[in-house]
Amino acid sequence: MELIRPDTRYDFIGKKKFTIWVSGVAILLSLGSFFFYGGLRYGVDFAGGVMIQIKFSKTADISEVRNALEAMGSKDAMVQNFGGENEFLIRVEKSSEDLEEVSQKIQTSLQERFKGKGLEVRRVEVVGPKVGKDLKQKAFWAVGLSFLGILIYVAWRFKEVAYGLGGIVALFHDIIVTYGAISIANIEYSLNILAVILTIIGFSINDTIVIFDRVRENTKKMRKENLETIFNISINETLGRTVLTSGTVMMVVLILFFFGGPVIHDFTFALIVGLISGTYSTVYIASPVVLFWEKHISRRQRIRR
Amino acid sequence: MLKSLKWKAILYAAITVFAILLLMPTVTSQLPQWWSKVLPSEKIHLGLDLQGGMYLLLAVEADKAVESYVEQIKNNLGDSLKERGVPVGKLEREKGDRIFLEFSGAKEKVDNLLTQRFGILHELSPSEAGGVWKVQLILDSKEIEYAKKRAIDQALEIIRNRIDQFGVSEPEITLQGTDQILVQLPGIRDPERAINLIGKTALLEFKLVDEEGNVDEALKGQIPEGDLLLYQKSPDPQTGAIRKIPYLLKEKTLMTGGFIKDARVAFDEFHEPYVALEFTDDGAKLFEHITGTNVKKRLAIILDNNVYSAPVIQEKIAGGRAQITGRFDMKEAGDLAIVLRSGALPAPVKILEQRTVGPSLGQDSIRQGVISTLISAALVVLFMVFYYKASGVIADVALVLNIILTLATLALFRATLTLPGIAGLVLSVGMAVDANILIHERIKEELRWGKTPRAAIDQGYHRAFITIIDSNLTTLIAGVLLYQFGTGPVRGFAVTLCIGILANIFTAVYITRVILDYITLRPGVKTLSI
Repeated sequence: MELIRPDTRYDFIGKKKFTIWVSGVAILLSLGSFFFYGGLRYGVDFAGGVMIQIKFSKTADISEVRNALEAMGSKDAMVQNFGGENEFLIRVEKSSEDLEEVSQKIQTSLQERFKGKGLEVRRVEVVGPKVGKDLKQKAFWAVGLSFLGILIYVAWRFKEVAYGLGGIVALFHDIIVTYGAISIANIEYSLNILAVILTIIGFSINDTIVIFDRVRENTKKMRKENLETIFNISINETLGRTVLTSGTVMMVVLILFFFGGPVIHDFTFALIVGLISGTYSTVYIASPVVLFWEKHISRRQRIRR
Repeated sequence: MLKSLKWKAILYAAITVFAILLLMPTVTSQLPQWWSKVLPSEKIHLGLDLQGGMYLLLAVEADKAVESYVEQIKNNLGDSLKERGVPVGKLEREKGDRIFLEFSGAKEKVDNLLTQRFGILHELSPSEAGGVWKVQLILDSKEIEYAKKRAIDQALEIIRNRIDQFGVSEPEITLQGTDQILVQLPGIRDPERAINLIGKTALLEFKLVDEEGNVDEALKGQIPEGDLLLYQKSPDPQTGAIRKIPYLLKEKTLMTGGFIKDARVAFDEFHEPYVALEFTDDGAKLFEHITGTNVKKRLAIILDNNVYSAPVIQEKIAGGRAQITGRFDMKEAGDLAIVLRSGALPAPVKILEQRTVGPSLGQDSIRQGVISTLISAALVVLFMVFYYKASGVIADVALVLNIILTLATLALFRATLTLPGIAGLVLSVGMAVDANILIHERIKEELRWGKTPRAAIDQGYHRAFITIIDSNLTTLIAGVLLYQFGTGPVRGFAVTLCIGILANIFTAVYITRVILDYITLRPGVKTLSI
């Protein structure tokens, strides 16, 4: 069975003038959204604060919970519906007061007020401001160092800095676009979203390497062709695999999106965006970067020598 | 060729069987008795986000321990100076680690005392004016570090003790970094109570009530020298409102909870619970002396700067017993007994982070996760067979094996599976699918170029191997660095990803190859179902 016919010859690289605009707009939208909202909306994990998830066994309205919190003097508390019926998320973003005390106070007074409604506290998160900052910093360094590791390994394996750079630029593209989508969709940036970003990095670099690898193989076979043609041929030759892999993974993620429950809903949304971007960026970001580098920077160096 | 193939097949089969055996304890709890004697019985540990429980990160305020250490040295120094007849003007603790000393008379005498008995203090900027010396003494920096470390170690030990007595199955209490304590309590029912139990400093002190002092004046801010104002919190039995009763106390602590040998809950004649204390032999003697010299005075019992009671001493109390009364319920009295038995924390602890997942939410997460994973796994398996036919079945074997091997390794190394960990697992399965597709597409390509099935398989594996190694190694490098420099959830992700990738290279490249070879090496195979 063949999904993609073997003699397929799309001119992928030839479309780069158009796709530069696509990426440009996507990145501008993302950055615009960061500026508009003043950065990402950090969740309790990173910003510090209190989050309490409650569920009633009997019908309860969100306004009742709000009133209860107001009555006890928690003006900063925000309430939102979460997932199914009668389930709510309470959030207090305060970093000065004793957060543990705030959390306990809210829980006891809610328990008292909704005695007959079968209130269950399902999740409590209290994160001090210092811990959130620490987490942010450590995650940043971990990702930064792994980028450096990828850059070095790819440059070494392909004997060209250009390939390493192409992969990393594509990664940056995917991360910016995914963060942009999170910001535009007003999704809270939590530890789970961080895990998505890491997953996207994995998929994106994997996809890039597969095509680069074919380019490496074809450069040896087709010495007379120019690099642009070789990239086009390579992308076409691996197109079947790209469609199959991305399709399979996308299918899995879509199932998780629709059936995985509210806890991972945001998680899978970000993953869908990142996967599309990751597949796209290999062809339209990583490859043009290598071509550009080879054409304008490497060649000049060679002539000078 | 065939013979080496046979040995490979046996080796791989053995690995598979071993992996399945490793997973058995996780799958079922009804294993025969002999199992644990012969085979590993480690289960895969589920993270608190999946099984429910409490995660608590505490910071030990070790500076406070240094402060009280310096305070103690200051008191000793004062006593020594008095003994040697040095007229002391001022003796105060400054900042956290300094003592300010003002005295008159010969400096050599004091210097001798300092070098002989207080070698851990260094003299800073001594100055003299009109026969009065002013000296600042600072605690040795090594000694400060030592005091801090001791406080943290002690705190860890005491918290461990308290949790043991509280009764939680499989608690984990570990030191994180230099001054943080990580407490993980799976499946805990009453998180608030646990927090109170763990976080309480539980410094028990006995101080005399200042009978002459004027409490009203003190409330206005005029606290007599050497006194201090503390409160007793007493709930009104009718309204439940908490009243604060002020007490004016002598600052000097006569005795602390350090002399407690045992603390138990007991009941008075009205069936109200109280905590009965039993002192050590030294403590009993000290308590006898204190009560003997202060008959008819009021002795306040103070816990963490809250007055619990202040009974009048009727007579000398021998035998080393005392009791703490208050309006406790049974649980409160029990918890108080636990903290008193396990001792006071050498320094207060602060809660940096608390995450609690109720058991029902964890179950929901697992259920939804398992269902959607099963649906998607089934679809992927079906798709591979649909698209690659017989070869697809082999790829499916590799995929299933990949998951089994990854989980078995998690069990073997006692790693913990968390939600981000599942994300890592999903990524590695995705890469496993990709590896199989890469190989199959390559073999198809080679077949198209007119190669025989055997040559196509050879070439296909050979070429795809380079791609798979490069793409997997790149991701592995990222995974290792994430593990090395990340914390908590990032690490959980990295662990399953790294194991999954290694399993992937093994299953996708080696195991499928053996099966394919086995099928195609038989004579007469002309076509390949791919």
